Amino acid sequence: MQPFTYAPVADAAGAAARALQGASFIAGGTDMLQLLQEGVAQPAELADINRLPLQGITEDADGAIRIGALTRLQDAADDARLREAFPVVTEALDLTASPMVRHMATVGGNLLQRTRCLYFRDVSTPCNKRLPGSGCSALDGENRHNAILGGSEHCIAVQPSDLPVALISVDAEVQIQHADGAERWVPVEDFHRLPGDTPQIETVLRQGDVILGLRIPAHARGRRSHYVKVRDRASFSWALASAAVALRLDEGGRVTEARIAVGGVATKPWRLPRVEQELLGVRLDRDRARLAAVWAAEGAVTRSGNAFKQPLLQRTVERAIIEAGELA
Amino acid sequence: MNAIIGQPVSRVDGPAKVTGHATYAAEFDLPGLVHAAMVVAPIPRGHIRSVDTAAAERAPGVLAILTHENAPRLPYHQIPQRPQVDAQSGEQLHVLQDAEVRFNGQPVAVAVAETLEQAVHAAELVRIDYARTPALTIFDPARGRPPSEGNVKAGRVPELGRGEAEAALAAAPVRVEARYTHPREHHNAIEPHVTIAHWEGEHLTLYDKTQWVDNDRKEIAHVFGIPEERIRVVSPFVGGAFGSALRTWPHVTLAAMAAQRVGRPVRLELTRRQLYTSIGFRPHSEQHVALGATKDGRLSALKHEVIQQVGRYEEYAETVLSPTSHLYSCPNLLARYRLVEMDTNSPCPMRAPGVVTGVLGLEMAMDELAVELNIDPLELRLRNYAETDEQKGLPWSSKELRACYATAAERFGWSRRRPEPRSMREGDQLVGYGMATAIYHSDRSAATASVALTGNGGAVVRSASSDMGPGTYTSMTQVAAETLGLPLEQVRFELGDTNLPYAPVHGGSVTMASLGNAIVAACGAAQKKLADLARAAQQGPFSGLPSEAVAFHGGGLARADGSGSVVPYAELLRQHNLGWLEAEGSAQPGEETKKYSSAAFGAVFVEVRVDEALGTVRVPRIIGAYDVGRVINPKTARSQCIGGMVGGLGMALEERADWDARFGRVMNANLAEYLVPVNADIGVTEAIFVPNDDRNFNPLGVKGLAEVAICGVAPAIANAVWHATGRRIRQLPITPDVLL
Repeated sequence: MQPFTYAPVADAAGAAARALQGASFIAGGTDMLQLLQEGVAQPAELADINRLPLQGITEDADGAIRIGALTRLQDAADDARLREAFPVVTEALDLTASPMVRHMATVGGNLLQRTRCLYFRDVSTPCNKRLPGSGCSALDGENRHNAILGGSEHCIAVQPSDLPVALISVDAEVQIQHADGAERWVPVEDFHRLPGDTPQIETVLRQGDVILGLRIPAHARGRRSHYVKVRDRASFSWALASAAVALRLDEGGRVTEARIAVGGVATKPWRLPRVEQELLGVRLDRDRARLAAVWAAEGAVTRSGNAFKQPLLQRTVERAIIEAGELA
Repeated sequence: MNAIIGQPVSRVDGPAKVTGHATYAAEFDLPGLVHAAMVVAPIPRGHIRSVDTAAAERAPGVLAILTHENAPRLPYHQIPQRPQVDAQSGEQLHVLQDAEVRFNGQPVAVAVAETLEQAVHAAELVRIDYARTPALTIFDPARGRPPSEGNVKAGRVPELGRGEAEAALAAAPVRVEARYTHPREHHNAIEPHVTIAHWEGEHLTLYDKTQWVDNDRKEIAHVFGIPEERIRVVSPFVGGAFGSALRTWPHVTLAAMAAQRVGRPVRLELTRRQLYTSIGFRPHSEQHVALGATKDGRLSALKHEVIQQVGRYEEYAETVLSPTSHLYSCPNLLARYRLVEMDTNSPCPMRAPGVVTGVLGLEMAMDELAVELNIDPLELRLRNYAETDEQKGLPWSSKELRACYATAAERFGWSRRRPEPRSMREGDQLVGYGMATAIYHSDRSAATASVALTGNGGAVVRSASSDMGPGTYTSMTQVAAETLGLPLEQVRFELGDTNLPYAPVHGGSVTMASLGNAIVAACGAAQKKLADLARAAQQGPFSGLPSEAVAFHGGGLARADGSGSVVPYAELLRQHNLGWLEAEGSAQPGEETKKYSSAAFGAVFVEVRVDEALGTVRVPRIIGAYDVGRVINPKTARSQCIGGMVGGLGMALEERADWDARFGRVMNANLAEYLVPVNADIGVTEAIFVPNDDRNFNPLGVKGLAEVAICGVAPAIANAVWHATGRRIRQLPITPDVLL
């Protein structure tokens, strides 16, 4: 653990100013403390943003829901409005980590959670994400948990969070403020970046940015939504594969709108436009769900240890569509 | 005699533990305490070319950086008669004694600083240049070799058997044959291993996490070449160990070395990641089982070969062949044990070491044989019931395994099982029932205890034992209270200090059978001493009586004929102007080991639910019935057993070290990626104790109960997965990738 300075900041502008100087933020700390202890993160300055007024959930007049960046995952999971309007989001939160972690971890921090790739977390081994140019140990190593979608020859690390997967299925956007005071909105779908040849750059955030919160637009209300997570044990473990499905059906049971995103299998929370397209206009039944889900693993590149994720992903998506469509 | 033995007494140390008053090794707050952090090698084999400690030494708060270049040369005398918990061949890792790197994770330097953070930082600043040489990091069964002489002498034999297994197998009308594997597994106790070392002149005190203070002292005395009398080891509480704290690990030496160098008490606590390399683990194993049977399901041949990984600088071997040798009746048996050397830290005992591995292969093979014969798996076990230990040629000191089968099967509802696989469903889920037998040999060792009867009418019982969680504090208090005829609250048991009477290792399920009997003896010795005083007195109710005319009951001394009143201990002490009276007692194995074979038995039944599309297995029910002899405390005994069941579930479905042969390293060395069961994984877990009282084995009538509870669980689950899915998964853990 390298020595670092620590200071709380009082507002977003102050936080952004520190970030511009190279400070890392700490909020719930559920990931940051691990990264510090293992020597993976070595910030010179840690700015504590817990005092920023970014907590809580509000509803806009038009029905959009806003979630402050510092809202604890458990508080979001317990929000009745969120659960009623966007169950896929609260279901994903229910299946995230453990109650203790959920009471500490924040919504904004969850978007920025670092990969669980075994080599990223172990400083004794090469890793392009941790040390650019050092090589990717996962390509031919213990890659059971690694990505089959969105990888490159430089990195196949999975972005491990559940929440952004669910957020994509309800068209959520991230509100970001820069040190210069400018605000912008980025769809969650576009927030994370593919590793390419710069796996150390994981999001569209620039130095000096602060996440203020999320907005789930009113137009995403009314979709039948559902989150399915498959993991090695019944609780408190990472997704081997997960799927967020949000469907709008007309009175005849035809799909008029579909959003499907998956986690645990890709280098970023991963939307499946082809599967969505296969569902549009069809009267949903189990066969249709299965046929559409076949496309879930389109473009998958598997390695020695993660080939199982290809069928698992297809079945997870199929299961999520069936359960979202209440065909079970 | 008031019945305290057999009562479900709550833990006497429970309040201290839940209120934070129990002091664990890391928590001894000594004046001037400073901290150490280890630097470990990132390569599996090679040597150190050069070390640069300049930056580390300049870092704030740093008191010393120890490397092989400046560490004291320690004599590392070998213990002539090595305890069973140590590797029986080779020598333990000699820390900081040379430039060699023998495994990835080996400590190569230690930073000592005023604070933990400063020590960790300084450790990161130590620059080491390594020369890597070719390493053995792949488990290749073809390299298997027999255990060496030291292990053979300790009973870890390369072969055992009887009859003509090969010929009988060839001639058997029904045969099954298969390979089973389990990966390297780690103990992952909540409490990390930690040592505080404190030198005062030539005297060393170690506050350590250990299951055996006496051996800790002996080991460090030999490593440093100093008399045992100059070392005291203190370890009153242990936060889980499962075998990892049986022997003394290199970091204890490092802590003592560092404390000597800086002249201050030093605390060295291993990080979670270091717990995968600086202590031991359950070795990766592959096994091959071949069973031959008659058409009516009688075993005619049993062949079992187990191959395990082992380190190269020392050789740890296990009693893997023990269950095979005597679990079933079979005239022709051949069991073989081989070791594959690898560049790794040394494995060590982990709950039911060896036996859980042997039982896994045997009990999965028995299930396959049952299928082949179209006989109910339970019925097959009953047809091959071993009435005696056929390998030793001895009767069992007691064996209530039939009652275990019957009780657990009834409780579970085994009769509802449809024999065909894939024949039971609940909604979309496949349901499977599976069972297995459990066994763990019962041993006892010499033990000593003291009992002090005190002026306030109570008693203090002492022995250098340990309580890593099973409830030693509580059960020993019960034994003493009942033997003395005192209420539980009047008796205090102290353990975990080399200043106390000698106790054997707190492992191998031996503690109650060994120490419990010593405490009974010590109570008797104290009573006798007191009675002798009373009879020799010039006056008083017992003056001049012969010894057979007096007896203790109800917490005091009385005439054996029942006349007169009971004089309490405190009153007798007062009459003799004694503040207290102390006596020692001991117990050791005797002739019974020549007359009987002893083991704890169990029968485990499990139900699984398999989501076939997603490859997940959940276990809603585990029902076990156990013959562990007499049960001193059914409450803590139940805790032991359901803990073992949970461990077995982890072995079956979750636990796996992800070994990267390129680095010779466990990559998932943390609790987020190395999975153990959580509450949500656990459904109904029931442990039932069938009545037994094994006085043939020892006077208290207990057998051992820690290890037996993990045995049989993993094969029962694997067998249930077969029943649910029709798929025989012979490789643990059974995770979605394996099932898909």
